[in-house]
Amino acid sequence: MADWSLKVVKPENFRGTANILSNGGNNPLTAMFGRDETENPEVKGYAIYAVFENLSEHKMEAVKAVFGEGESLCYESLTSVIPAAVWYEREIQDMFGIVPQGHPDPRPLVLHDTFPEGFYPLRKNVAKDVEVRGNRRMDMSVAKGEGVYEVPVGPIHAGIIEPGHFRFSQAGESMLQLDARLFYTHRGLEKIMEGKTPEEALPIVERICGACSIANTWSFCQAVEKIAGVKIPRRAEIIRTLLMEIERITNHVGDLGNIPAGVGFNPAISLGGRTKEMLMRLQERIAGNRFLRGVIVPGGVHQDIDSALINDIADIMDKVKTNVSDLSEMFAQQANFQNRVRTTGIVRKNTAVDLAMVGVGARASGFAHDSRKDFAYGLYPELDFELVTEKTGDVAARLALRIAELTESFGLVEQLCNLLKADKSNDPSNLTSQIDWSNVSGEDWGLSESARGSNFQFVALQDGKIDRIFVRSASYPNWPALTIAVQGDIIPDFPLINKSFELCYACIDR
Amino acid sequence: MFKVIERLLGDKIATEKISLTGSERFRGKINGSCPENLREECAKVCPVGAFKVTADAQGYAVDYKKCLFCGKCVEKAMGNLQHSSDEALPVITEDAAEVTAEVIKQKLGRSLHVRHLDAGSCNACDFEMGAMSNPIYDLHRYGVHVDASPRHADLLMVTGVVTRNLEQALKMSYEAMPEPRLVMACGACAAGGETYGASYAIVGAADKVVPVDIYIPGCPPRPSAMIAGLLAAADMLAERM
Ligand code: SF4
Ligand code: SF4
Repeated sequence: MADWSLKVVKPENFRGTANILSNGGNNPLTAMFGRDETENPEVKGYAIYAVFENLSEHKMEAVKAVFGEGESLCYESLTSVIPAAVWYEREIQDMFGIVPQGHPDPRPLVLHDTFPEGFYPLRKNVAKDVEVRGNRRMDMSVAKGEGVYEVPVGPIHAGIIEPGHFRFSQAGESMLQLDARLFYTHRGLEKIMEGKTPEEALPIVERICGACSIANTWSFCQAVEKIAGVKIPRRAEIIRTLLMEIERITNHVGDLGNIPAGVGFNPAISLGGRTKEMLMRLQERIAGNRFLRGVIVPGGVHQDIDSALINDIADIMDKVKTNVSDLSEMFAQQANFQNRVRTTGIVRKNTAVDLAMVGVGARASGFAHDSRKDFAYGLYPELDFELVTEKTGDVAARLALRIAELTESFGLVEQLCNLLKADKSNDPSNLTSQIDWSNVSGEDWGLSESARGSNFQFVALQDGKIDRIFVRSASYPNWPALTIAVQGDIIPDFPLINKSFELCYACIDR
Repeated sequence: MFKVIERLLGDKIATEKISLTGSERFRGKINGSCPENLREECAKVCPVGAFKVTADAQGYAVDYKKCLFCGKCVEKAMGNLQHSSDEALPVITEDAAEVTAEVIKQKLGRSLHVRHLDAGSCNACDFEMGAMSNPIYDLHRYGVHVDASPRHADLLMVTGVVTRNLEQALKMSYEAMPEPRLVMACGACAAGGETYGASYAIVGAADKVVPVDIYIPGCPPRPSAMIAGLLAAADMLAERM
C-alpha cells in the first residue's frame, strides 16, 4: 500500500473530489501529474493524479482520475478553484494531451516553438529519442494600454545564470505584469528514466539540479525504498539528514552572498562568496565532488562520515557561523541596503497559501510550511529545531528568514554529528540495505525539504524498472509567486527580487 | 558601516594559486591497469559509455569529455583502478593543439572576454563558473572578464547538453560574436553530451551545433579546471589574432 490515501474516480468527479481534499485551500496541492497506463491491462488508459498535504493529520491524500480506453481526454480544470494547479495542468496538457477544460491560461508550457502541435512525449507510444520538428504557437501574455510598453529579457542573460525569458509590461518604471517563459533547459529527464532500474536512474536524479542533489536523491530513494518495503540502517539515516542540512547551509550562505549582488553591495558579495567556497570544499572532502553526488543511494548511503570528517565539519561550521553573523550585521547596519530590501517584492500570506508555496518563499510570508515538521522522515522527528517564519513577505523577510534558518541548521548539524559519534555501528556493510529490484512493483512518493522548499517525487516501478517518475522540485510552486511579487515594483528591483527567491530553472524544466 | 570596515581591514587576501589537485576523496583522472576479466564489467556499469575496452596494454580508455567521474568503473575494478586526485586536463581540438605550449609563456598583456551560455545544464556547471569570480579564484587577475553580451565576447563558454528549446539561442549567440572567436564546451554535458542519454528534447553535445575549440572535462569541472581551460584559450586566441 502506498503511503497515502488514494481515491480513484471518473474524470467528471475529479474536480469535485480534489476540491474536497483541498479543504477550502487549507491543504496545499503538492503536485499534479499525468500517467500513461495504456499498457496496463487493468487500466488501459491515461490517468491524472492530484496530491494534497493534509497538514493537520500529517499525511498525503491523493485523487486519481482514470480515462478509460477510447474515452475523451478532457476534464474540468481545477485552476479556478485551486489556483496552485495552474502550471501543473498546462504541463499535463503538453506532455499527455489531457485537456483541462476552462483553464484560464491554456498556453503551452514545456515544449517551445520548434515542437509540432499534437506531440505528447510522455505517452508510451512515443519513442524516447524521437526527433520531431514543428512550429507551434507560443505567445507571451502582456498587458495593453496607452503608454504601456514591453521589455523582453533573456533567455540569455547578462550574468552567469540559467536561461529563462521574461516579458515585462511596463508603465513607466513600474512593472505592471511579468510573464515568464521557462523550460528552456527541458531535457526530457522523466521520459529518459523510464525503463531504468533505480540504480541506473540515480546518476540522472543526481543531475536534475546541481544545487539540490541531496534533496532530489533523498526524495527519490524514499519513494523507491517505500515501494520495496525496506528500512535503511540508522547510521545511513543520520548521514542523509546531516548532508541535507549541509546542503541547506551551503545554499543559504550562497544566497547571502548573492542577494547583495542585486544591489552591488560588494563587501557582502565577497564575504558570502568566500564562505560558500569553504562549504564547497567541505562537500568535496565528504563526497569526492563539490556537489555531494554519489553519497545517497537506494537502500542507504555509499560513504561513511568518519570521526576525522566530523571534526572537519565542526571546524568549518565554526568559521561559517562567524561569517554569517558578520554578514547579518553588515546587512543590518547598512541603511541604504535596508532601504532597497524592505517592502520590495512582497508576497502576501494568502497568496502564498493559494499558490501552495513551499520553503523560504512560503515561510517568509508567514505560511508555516516545512516538510521537516509536516512529515516524519530521516532523523527530523528526533531533532530539536524551530520552524522559523517571517511576516512581511518582502526581500528583507526572505533574507532574514535564511539567516534565522541557518542558526537552526547549525544546531542540527551539531546534533547530527554528536549522534554519528555516539553511533558505534560504523561498519561499512551497515550503511546500505541490499535490495533485489527484479520483482519490485508499485507506486509511492518521497519528499524532502531542500534549501528552497520541499522536493516531491512520485515513482511507479514495474518489475524493478521505472514506469513513471514525476519530479516536482521546490521552485515549481514558487515560480508563479515571483511574477506576482514584482507587480508594482520598479524594473531595477527585479534582479534583487529574483535572487531573494533563488528559484532554480534546471529542476523545474527537467 | 562599522562591520563592513572591520572586515575590510581585518581580512587577509583570500586569493589562492590555482591547484588542479583535489582532496583525498576527490574523484579525478582514472589510473591503474584493469585485468581482462573486469574490463567488460567496467564498461557495462559506466552510465555514459565513457569507459571503453581497448587492445593496448592498459586494456581500457576513458573518454574524459563524457566521463561523470562517478566512480562506478573504479569500484567494479576491485582495487585495480583508482581515481587520482588530479583533475583531467582540457581537451583541445587538433588544429588548435600546436598553439598552446609555445604561446603559454607570453602570458602578459593578454585579455579574454567570455560570454556564458547555459544550453541545458543542471546548473552545477553554472555555479562553478560563478565561483571563478569569488575572491579565492579571482578570475580577473588573469585578465579574463565575463561579458554581458556575445557581441563583446572572444569566447563562448557553453555549459549543459544543448536542448531543443535552446538550440536556436546557442546558434544565434555564436553568430553574434566577432571574429576571431572561440567556443569552449565546459563540463561533461557540453563536451560529451552523453550525461542523460538521448531524448526528444536533447540535441546533444555543443559541437553538434557550433564548432568547439576546447573541451573541459568534469561533472562539473572545478573552478580551477575552468580557469586552466580559459588560460589555454587565451593563448589560442592570441595565435589567431
Ligand atoms: S568514472 Fe567515468 S568512466 Fe568511470 S564509470 Fe563513471 S563516468 Fe564511466
Ligand atoms: S556536466 Fe555535470 S555538472 Fe555540468 S551541467 Fe552537466 S550534469 Fe551538470
